[in-house]
Amino acid sequence: MNVTVQPDKLTAKDFASDQEVRWCPGCGDYAILKAMHKSLADMGARPENTVFISGIGCSSRFPYYMATYGFHTIHGRAPAVATGLKLARPELDVWVVTGDGDALSIGGNHLFHALRRNVDLNILLFNNEIYGLTKGQYSPASRVGTKSPSTPMGSVDSPAEACTYALGCGARFIARGIDVQAKELDVLFRRAREHKGASFVEIIQNCIVYNDAVFADFTEKAVAAEMQVHVKHGQPMRYGKDGNKGLRFSPQTFKIEAVVIGQNGVTENDILIHDEKNRVLASLLVALRPPSFPEVLGVIYCDPAATSYEAAVAAQEAQAKAQATAKGGAPDLDKLMRAGNTWSVT
Amino acid sequence: MNLQADARGNGLPASPSASKSDLDAIVVRFAGDSGDGVQLLGSQFSQETALAGNSLATFPDYPAEIRAPTGTTYGVSAFQINFGSRQVKTAGDQPDVLVALNPAALMVNYKGIRKGGLVILDSGAFKEKDIKRAGFTVDPRLDGTLKEFRVLEIDISAQALEVAKPFGVSQKEALRAKNLWTLGLVSWMYDREMKSTMEYVARKFGSEDPVGLANMAALKAGHAYGETHELAGDIAPVSMPAVKVEPGVYRLVSGAESLSWGLAAGAQLAGLEMVLASYPITPSSPILHILAKLKQFGITTFQAEDEIAACCAAIGASYGGKLGVTASSGPGIALKTEAIGLAISTELPLVIVNTQRGGPSTGLPTKTEQSDLYIAVWGRNADAPIPVIASHSPGDCFEVAIEAVRLATKYMTPVMILSDGYIANAAEPWKIPSVKDYAPFKVEFHTKAEGFHPFIRDPHTLARVWAKPGTPGLMHRIGGIEKDYNSGNISYDPANHQKMTDTRAAKINNIANDIPEQEVAIGNTKGKLAVVGWGSTFGPINRAVHNMREKEGLDVSHIHIRHIWPLPRNLGALLKNYEKVLVAEMNNGQMLTLLKSQYLVDAKSLLKVSGQPLKIEEVSSAIRSLLGSN
Repeated sequence: MNVTVQPDKLTAKDFASDQEVRWCPGCGDYAILKAMHKSLADMGARPENTVFISGIGCSSRFPYYMATYGFHTIHGRAPAVATGLKLARPELDVWVVTGDGDALSIGGNHLFHALRRNVDLNILLFNNEIYGLTKGQYSPASRVGTKSPSTPMGSVDSPAEACTYALGCGARFIARGIDVQAKELDVLFRRAREHKGASFVEIIQNCIVYNDAVFADFTEKAVAAEMQVHVKHGQPMRYGKDGNKGLRFSPQTFKIEAVVIGQNGVTENDILIHDEKNRVLASLLVALRPPSFPEVLGVIYCDPAATSYEAAVAAQEAQAKAQATAKGGAPDLDKLMRAGNTWSVT
Repeated sequence: MNLQADARGNGLPASPSASKSDLDAIVVRFAGDSGDGVQLLGSQFSQETALAGNSLATFPDYPAEIRAPTGTTYGVSAFQINFGSRQVKTAGDQPDVLVALNPAALMVNYKGIRKGGLVILDSGAFKEKDIKRAGFTVDPRLDGTLKEFRVLEIDISAQALEVAKPFGVSQKEALRAKNLWTLGLVSWMYDREMKSTMEYVARKFGSEDPVGLANMAALKAGHAYGETHELAGDIAPVSMPAVKVEPGVYRLVSGAESLSWGLAAGAQLAGLEMVLASYPITPSSPILHILAKLKQFGITTFQAEDEIAACCAAIGASYGGKLGVTASSGPGIALKTEAIGLAISTELPLVIVNTQRGGPSTGLPTKTEQSDLYIAVWGRNADAPIPVIASHSPGDCFEVAIEAVRLATKYMTPVMILSDGYIANAAEPWKIPSVKDYAPFKVEFHTKAEGFHPFIRDPHTLARVWAKPGTPGLMHRIGGIEKDYNSGNISYDPANHQKMTDTRAAKINNIANDIPEQEVAIGNTKGKLAVVGWGSTFGPINRAVHNMREKEGLDVSHIHIRHIWPLPRNLGALLKNYEKVLVAEMNNGQMLTLLKSQYLVDAKSLLKVSGQPLKIEEVSSAIRSLLGSN
């Protein structure tokens, strides 16, 4: 073959660390990891400028398997550590890997503030609706009635919806994907990385040991086409094996309806066109969950703010430096301490 | 013997040095409602006094409520200053002068005044309902309550209202100038220049604002009142000569200021930029406020969503190659402990400032205490040692902060600074240092890819290398899971965990060889009694030991510990040179436990947890009873 490979061009392998991966066989995390290795290589990311920061839980082992910089921190606090890193080093490409327990329970507050502040982080929440590493207790994302060691008669509290939460927190980039859909994840990773500000990606992930098949009603091959709608900006939100199903907005009820083209007078023109900059639409889309609706996948919302948090902080610092320098030369601590009321003793 | 009870009790004999004829130092206490501007009055008077060249120490003593209901005792705010022509080491045991701007202020404070002392009252604030509200059943001016004091009554409220008339300000605004009228009067009493206060008023209000003009007029009127009235109580202006001190440029400094500047200086000496991540909490917040204004020095400040996030963000910044700093007080420090453990495990530099306050739980947010020694030295899960350094005065915070940055970066470890509410808020004259006079300790980041792993250690300091993200060829992963000694990878190997635990301990213990040996502050390196203190009790212990030696000829020495962990390498041997050891501290025996655990020393204790600073007389009487010279 006659292809010239640039010496610089990295492959998926260059992003895999030398550590043996220790998730359970069949865990959805393997697929996500593999997709990430490939995506980063394809995007032309540099391992030395890429940092993965995680909290505690199965998903949070992710950094150990990346040949980038990585920091496995403490339970729930990854967004806070990542915020500090990003404030110190805005130029780095910082990813946060978390799970439904880590991000929505113990770390709910930090996730809220990272999203609200719009720190330029790519936050990946692996949602398997269960605590895996502590052996199967129900999580804040578990559905009502989930039987687990801590809820032997079934859980009674209503679950947290990750994307709805993120939107409420003020996130300006929200996407959802499925662990085994590498091609689609690649798009989400790329878009998340390009987005300046906090990007939130929920990845539906199957825990084969403690919560197997909990997402089967929309991930099984047999039902996937009918139960997944992959949304794209500017395109009608259609799904179904024959592409004859779609989402329609009802002005009477202010709700989205799942409809079939050709039935009850529904035409192609009735199908909603996805507008990823529309926050009201996003609020309707994140609320649609199976079995009543197909799972909404893809970039659900993307409306970048003028600036990200750490960029605004850096701008203030630059302004303070410029003002100080214009006033009296380079900032000098000795001068600062001698400003105001002083007296001399001779 | 129960020295603890002695210290807490009332009815202590009057200090022999407190006689009014002994005019080398005077203690004045200003007290009023929390809305009366007492803290401003006190700090402006301190500024004038410092500029006059006196030695001084201050004690702002204010309630946790921002504006408690008017006229209540729990809403009383006070500011005490001790100033003199000799070295002043404490804010004073007993006020010689109390200025009470309302009955509640009198109620809270009159019992502490020296017998024969002067009480200045705003008689305009002594209406019947005010007197009742303060908890007096009868007017304290009439029933002999104040018979041991000289009393000067002035209707300060009426004076302030009168002087404000030409400026057309509201009655409320006019009354708020009471503090400046009082400052004018007290400035006359002690022959203080009012220039710095006038500049302050002009700066704050501008030259046109009627409120500013009313305040300026009140200040001058108070001064003129002193000059022109024949004041009752035999008051004539007192001139306090300047204290003899080392030549240099001086300023007043609070602990919060010098600590903030010390952190900035430390970062500069390390060649690093700083990220301070903090969450508002009393009495630590001023550090966040001060550093937020120093962005031009490469200082990023981050007001986090909570204490945990603040500590984690500081760790993230250190991971990124800057100096991560977090500052808080007791309850906030408790929240940070898990994250501090992460910094210990990943061996990242981190400076944690703990401005201690009364506890447990919310405790006494605005009152001082030294009760976080345990949490500083031992307060984390597992074997998790860190260096702990305590500051002993407002100005000393500068030195301590630099030392903390040096140790954190040289040994790749979190370091905790112990300050307290008293040090943070109090002010003292300070010979302004120059950063140029400190030896730099520039950080060298690791860049060599060959043979790299993140836990390569310096054979002498045992510190691991600091390799920051963005460096080609050094990509690595760290975390809270135990790491292999030889690769930094995850390891659950039993022998390795033993080795890593031992190494972390050895690294911190070894710092004892990199800090000064313990010196004796006053006295001999052996003898009958050593009084051991740490932190803000330096002043009262030092003065008491000085007095007992000079005036009563007792064989007593003062040892003040700065390095709380690891302890100075000679401390154990030094303590054994004394027949008796007395540990004086503002907690229930924490340093006492530490010293007993390390040296099996049979120390006695003088303990005080009242939220008020230790008094000279409390230490003196403890010394007397231990040396049997009552």
